[in-house]
Amino acid sequence: MKLDLKKLKLRKVNEQLQNIDRKINNRNFTIINPEGNHAVCAGLTEELNINIKGHVGYYCAGMNQRANITIEGNVGTGVAENMMSGKVHVKGNASQSAGATAHGGLLIIDGDASSRCGISMKGVDIVVKGSVGHMSGFMSQAGNLVVCGDAGEALGDSLYETNIYIKGKVKSLGADCVEKKMDKKHIKKLNLLLQEANINDQKAESFKRYGSAKTLYNFKIDNISNY
Amino acid sequence: MCGIVGIYLKTKKFENNLGKMLSGMLNNMESRGPDSAGFAIYKNSDRKEYKYSLCINKLDFSKFKKNISQKIKNLKLNQYSDHVILKTTEKPKKFINLINKEFPEISIVGYGHSIEIFKQVGNPKDVVKKFNLESFSGTHGIGHTRMATESAITTDGSHPYSTGEDECLVHNGSLSNHNNLRRELKKKGNIFTSENDTEVAAGYVSNSLSNNKSLKNTLVSGLKDLDGFYTFIAGTRKGFAVVRDEIACKPAVIAETKNYVAIASEFQAMAHLPDVNNAKIFEPEPGIVYSWGN
Repeated sequence: MKLDLKKLKLRKVNEQLQNIDRKINNRNFTIINPEGNHAVCAGLTEELNINIKGHVGYYCAGMNQRANITIEGNVGTGVAENMMSGKVHVKGNASQSAGATAHGGLLIIDGDASSRCGISMKGVDIVVKGSVGHMSGFMSQAGNLVVCGDAGEALGDSLYETNIYIKGKVKSLGADCVEKKMDKKHIKKLNLLLQEANINDQKAESFKRYGSAKTLYNFKIDNISNY
Repeated sequence: MCGIVGIYLKTKKFENNLGKMLSGMLNNMESRGPDSAGFAIYKNSDRKEYKYSLCINKLDFSKFKKNISQKIKNLKLNQYSDHVILKTTEKPKKFINLINKEFPEISIVGYGHSIEIFKQVGNPKDVVKKFNLESFSGTHGIGHTRMATESAITTDGSHPYSTGEDECLVHNGSLSNHNNLRRELKKKGNIFTSENDTEVAAGYVSNSLSNNKSLKNTLVSGLKDLDGFYTFIAGTRKGFAVVRDEIACKPAVIAETKNYVAIASEFQAMAHLPDVNNAKIFEPEPGIVYSWGN
């Protein structure tokens, strides 16, 4: 079904997609003329296939559960923020805070993502085919952040259990973020993610893994001057 | 919050549509700044003549016309609501002194050979309509929709700020060292008419340009001297530039085609622009100055 945001109100389109009858089998939708609108396809909870043709604004596919959403264009701040499950695929570039606080699912960005990609992520897998900006993976708690290009300043600052895999250069590491050994299980997981993102020209072995040194997990009196 | 927009035309193709393109951008940025709006339009024009953009506030236009015509000969006046574009060969120093002395109720919003500036409190859609922005032509333009945070909702607190000949600046963000910087610039001879932080940034740019620094180099040194959050768009007679601070909390997106460069806080501001879906669209990187023209 085709939904034209030039003719239909955004709220109407989102309401329709958020309230799909479980008995309905036609689950393929195309959204045309998104024109940079905010919160397109936010809060979807059902298994749907949605193709958005054009550029969107902030918080596209936010809080997504189960839906498979493809954006044929660029996305603004906070794409797939707080996603729980499902898949969001951005064919262009993403603005800041892509996949912020997301708990699950897969976010694929074909272009670059700007600053704070995966900030406070809580279990989502993010695969960026281009590069990411500064403060990416800031305070990230769980999940995997894969970057085929370079990473900006202060990568993984104050992170917890997230694994960050970078193919290119890292401008600088944030507090408590260190390079870690790639074990077999990491290579296996990374290969799986690259496969899911349809990336066939990269080998997991050529990536470096970054994670938490865990020195900030507990309060230390020696660090008092840093607070 | 605040919304900022700008267009720089690389070819002559859209010169007659500049006002229309810019008004659509301002209208779409209403959600980011409903308190006041303003815009600056640059047109190629006579280099002997000066254009003064005046907000006459509550002063009666015909009365002003009569009085000013007695004091200055050979002037042309165009009225746009409560703004007047006054053209004369009179030099800025003398003219500004005259206006300040004889017509204290008038605010001078800008002057130069090619710039025309309009700004007023109110919803952007109303402001755009009031000044009939759609009818303007030009080579480049800059606009702003304001959500007032650090100073009052007044015409003086509205953007763009113009503190030098054919210069203007719009700002999304806030500066933390503007009081200190204002004091320093005052010592160097800059004059400020408001308590607004952006006016200080505009004054900083004017001061640097008057020392023969290029717009690009001015903004590069501004990255060190201006402390706070910002995305700036700055315009000069032939130049156009954008810069974001190094933290880059304040958004900006650029769309570039072979005919124009457009900048806005959000993509939705430029979704109506011709051929935008085939434009090169990217976010300006933190701490990097992007400039066109000179």
